[in-house]
Amino acid sequence: MDLPGVEAFVAVHDRAALAAAHDGDPATAVLAGGTWLFSTPQPQLRRLVDLTTLGWEPFTVSAAGLRLAGTCPVSAVADVPARPGWAAHPLLRQCVRALLASFKVRSVATVGGNVCLALPAGSMTSLTAALDATAELWSADGSVRHLAVEDLVLGDRRTALRPGEVLRAITIPDAALRARTAFRRTSLSRLGRSASLVVGRRDPGGGAVLTVTAATERPVVLRYPAVPAPAAAAADVAQRVEATCGWFDDVHGAPDWRRATTLRSVAEVCGELA
Amino acid sequence: MKITVDGTTSELEPRPGQCLRTLLRENARFGVKKGCDSGDCGACTVLVDGAPVHACLYPAARAADREVTTATGLGTPEELHPVQQRFVDAAGFQCGFCTAGMVVTAAALDAEQRADLDEHLKGNLCRCTGYRAVRDAVHGVPAGLSDSGGTGERVGAPAARRVVTGTEPYTLDTVVPGLLHLAVLGSPHAHARITAVDVTAAEALDGVVAVLTHRDAPDVLFSTGRHEDRLDDPDDTRVLDDVLRFHGQRVAAVVAEDRGTAEEALRRIVVEYEVLPAVLDPEQALRPGAPLVHGDKDAATSRIADPRRNLVAELHGGVGDVDAALAAAHVVVEGTWRTQRVSHVALETHAAIGWLDDDGRLVVRTSTQVPFLVRDELARILGLAPERVRVFAARVGGGFGGKQELLVEDLVGLAVLRTGRPVQFELTRTEELTVVPVRHPMRVSVRLGADAEGTLTALAVDVLSDAGAYGNHSPGVMFHGCHESIALYRCANKRVDARAVYTNTVPSGAFRGYGLGQVIFPLESALDDLARELGIDPFELRRRNVVVPGDPFVVTSDPEHGGVDDGLRYGSYGLDQCLDLVQEALGRDALPAPPGPQWRTGTGMAAAMIATTPPRGHYADATASLEPDGTWLLSVGTAEFGNGTTTVHTQIAVGALGTTADRIRLRQADTDVTGHDTGAFGSAGVVVAGKALLVACDRLARHVRRLAADLTGTPLAEAVLERGGVRCGDRLVDLVDVHAEALRRDGCAPAADGREDAARRSVAFTVHGFRVAVDTATGEVRLLRSVQAVDAGVVMNPVQLRGQVEGGVAQAVGSTLFEEVRTDADGRVTTPSLREYHVPRIGDLVDTEVLYADTVDAIGPLGAKSMSEAPYNPVAPALANAVRDATGVRVRDLPLSADRLWRALQPPRADA
Repeated sequence: MDLPGVEAFVAVHDRAALAAAHDGDPATAVLAGGTWLFSTPQPQLRRLVDLTTLGWEPFTVSAAGLRLAGTCPVSAVADVPARPGWAAHPLLRQCVRALLASFKVRSVATVGGNVCLALPAGSMTSLTAALDATAELWSADGSVRHLAVEDLVLGDRRTALRPGEVLRAITIPDAALRARTAFRRTSLSRLGRSASLVVGRRDPGGGAVLTVTAATERPVVLRYPAVPAPAAAAADVAQRVEATCGWFDDVHGAPDWRRATTLRSVAEVCGELA
Repeated sequence: MKITVDGTTSELEPRPGQCLRTLLRENARFGVKKGCDSGDCGACTVLVDGAPVHACLYPAARAADREVTTATGLGTPEELHPVQQRFVDAAGFQCGFCTAGMVVTAAALDAEQRADLDEHLKGNLCRCTGYRAVRDAVHGVPAGLSDSGGTGERVGAPAARRVVTGTEPYTLDTVVPGLLHLAVLGSPHAHARITAVDVTAAEALDGVVAVLTHRDAPDVLFSTGRHEDRLDDPDDTRVLDDVLRFHGQRVAAVVAEDRGTAEEALRRIVVEYEVLPAVLDPEQALRPGAPLVHGDKDAATSRIADPRRNLVAELHGGVGDVDAALAAAHVVVEGTWRTQRVSHVALETHAAIGWLDDDGRLVVRTSTQVPFLVRDELARILGLAPERVRVFAARVGGGFGGKQELLVEDLVGLAVLRTGRPVQFELTRTEELTVVPVRHPMRVSVRLGADAEGTLTALAVDVLSDAGAYGNHSPGVMFHGCHESIALYRCANKRVDARAVYTNTVPSGAFRGYGLGQVIFPLESALDDLARELGIDPFELRRRNVVVPGDPFVVTSDPEHGGVDDGLRYGSYGLDQCLDLVQEALGRDALPAPPGPQWRTGTGMAAAMIATTPPRGHYADATASLEPDGTWLLSVGTAEFGNGTTTVHTQIAVGALGTTADRIRLRQADTDVTGHDTGAFGSAGVVVAGKALLVACDRLARHVRRLAADLTGTPLAEAVLERGGVRCGDRLVDLVDVHAEALRRDGCAPAADGREDAARRSVAFTVHGFRVAVDTATGEVRLLRSVQAVDAGVVMNPVQLRGQVEGGVAQAVGSTLFEEVRTDADGRVTTPSLREYHVPRIGDLVDTEVLYADTVDAIGPLGAKSMSEAPYNPVAPALANAVRDATGVRVRDLPLSADRLWRALQPPRADA
């Protein structure tokens, strides 16, 4: 939809111009794909700063792992070529497909946009939090800081981003991409908005990680020295969620149901990875 | 910036916050539709450098130096793109509003994507078809259509080539120079009085032309609900009121040079409210001391049953003695069911453009099912003579009852009169989902009694219908909801208690089925429970108890013993066939249940009856005439909104006039083209207007044959109409010559009128069956088999009828499993977009096999009966009965969402 309050559309071509344009003013928003920004009224916004003209390489694959630019289209994540030994590679496509948005939206929407929007059902958050990814954040003052995605997304539509900060890239370490993964998703309708998304990971060294998103307002990550027994893992997840953020409640699923389906998924994931 | 659209390059300057959709439409690229404006429906899909995108989400500035292709650029009506041709050949649309975006998306899919349409068309919503025809179109499965044919033949929609190329104009697909735009400020409270409103800052904004508040509104009470008799609905609504009775109700309106300015001006209006106590629940609304929603109204003047008790309407009565019958019954079943608020989600939102014509007459082009009824009431509201108002509809993008209301035309008319300039008011999808009337939520208690053989001895319903803040359609929905549902069963003892009550919530209105769905769901569920208790097959239970020709239609009185004759007759009867057809078909061809011990399977069925036209008068005038060039002109009042009446009306004329569709022009839905038409609601488009048209065509045919017979000295009986002429023995008299002869002899072109008053009405039947699998661990319901048998009398167009049934089933599956307009504790809607309000997507449904009873109706035109609402009505109980059969659990509240069903499947907790 039109955003009639917007008075300026600023295309930036380098970091200095970005810093000058995006100074933390709440009336300014950075624009990547724009698929969420343009989907709902934004009466508070006066200026859009277009990040796509910065020309960031969508993704780079290296021995260090997979680096996804903030502006990497979501659909491109499914096309990342696998390096030998990347057992977690199918998870990329699973998380792309987990979005309610159509493939037409996913080809425009970006990884950075999805994570920074911080919707519980944001499956780029699910993907990157589950794989120990770190976000590279650019501040308006020219500095850079790094934050685990797990700590970047704080709640429903809440992040640790500071005013003027921009998500430059998210890096998934090679080690995590070598893990075996298991994936479970639940929704009120077959290809609908995720109400629960559980990713289990079994690292080559034997360690295991369980990540719950969508059913909770922020990623909940549990780490184990080995794949836990299904029942124990479910009990751990219930205990952790209930002691911290609780089960998410909105029109996409009741919290008691999210709890039940999540714990079932956790148990299944552990069974699959055992 | 430079942009190439459909091959034409031009310089356009988008606004900084503009999306591509509006840039294209502002430049008259109307092949780009607005269904949601939030990337959820796909109606605005275009290709940008060959890649499909939702134009509503795409920043316009980003299209610089790019090539944009809309449906109109893919192909032309004369030279269709292969995908467009497939949509024409498969009849892959009904209203067609989603089609341009659907076609563009489909054209961009590769073979692998086409093999997974559930995934790749999930971003394209169709509300009419149920997607089977869309799937066929994408896969190139033709429906065997011809361009022309009489009734009974497989004829395609006349507009098909324009619809698939995005060139068929809908309500807003027109360029009006100097057009102003109107936007509305909604109430932030469920119940409040405006104590002060300051519009100074809004008026001062550059580009604002007028600001309208309750001080500018005529002091006229009306109802947004429209019926032939305006006294059917309570007069409780003002164009702008100083009392606000639900969240989002109009507080003020701004008219400005563009939509953005109007929205900005709304934020500058300063309003002071006195917040009033609100009542959000219909049970509480009836309690003594409850806040009164329309306590200021006079019962007689406004036709409200009792404004001091929030009572819009009530019905109490019965036959026999229900209590005694229940006491004596072998088996008694009872329970209380609840249905939710459902939104129509026609892909085209309500919208209208108004202007003054050269005579100073108010003209309104609007998205409506009832142009004549809107014209009459608009004139009344604005204090104009009806002949000083013209209302017409272009092709309408879906209705489902939601456009049997006057929801935008009043403000448009007021703004046009105030400014003297053309004004457009286009509702947003969020307005559609938060302030536009919804299906009436109902709480229905049912008590049934039967003897040991399964003969019904007692049938009682207690209905509480939530009217919301205004009474539009509430009396009619309540009476209709309790009518054919209950009249379907032969039972000596019946009791109906029904009340429709005001609450401070979004108003309820007309919705496909008009109340029947909400009562049939509990009644058919209770019958299923009864069959189970008795150990009788549910089909057999229906056979033993449904009415058959000769039985009176009894609800609260017996028409043969002192009751009123409402004209309802058995024009034909095919319910027995429908029961047999579904029972047979349900036993075969089901998909396998998913693997795993947590899945349970079951089957369920339900039956429904509906009158083929509404009671209390439904009128249509039609005119047919011969044009100087020897073609035929038909004039009817009916709007085309995917109901397919244009196709069927043309078929009727083709048959009656012995011609072909290319020689027929149909003018419709315009108060200027025919005398009167009550409108296309209550499934009346074919059976009322079609009947009037048949009369007109038959008269005209006789007149034209007479002229040719006289010209040639041939006996009338030997003058036969053919395409282009009248065969008189071995001579063919050209219709051009017949027309000339008429002018010479009579001084006017050959023409004839037809009129139908629907004094006699028939009944149509539908029976639905489902086989389902339920995941007991998650509550997910999978449809394994869906069958509906319908008694539509003589089938006028089998392709179109199948589509109507499939679409009705799809909409009903949405109402049963997914859809709910939800509200919070303050009465504010929490499902404001199509992301929160889930209408069925292509992957949510299973194909429905549609079967036809073989009957010939004695009342409808050429033996036909209506079939628009009927397919919707039996679906919810059939599905709920299948879930009950699969799980052993009866969930009495809709929707049967996975979370709700999962909860019902949990063992009772020890601490509960």
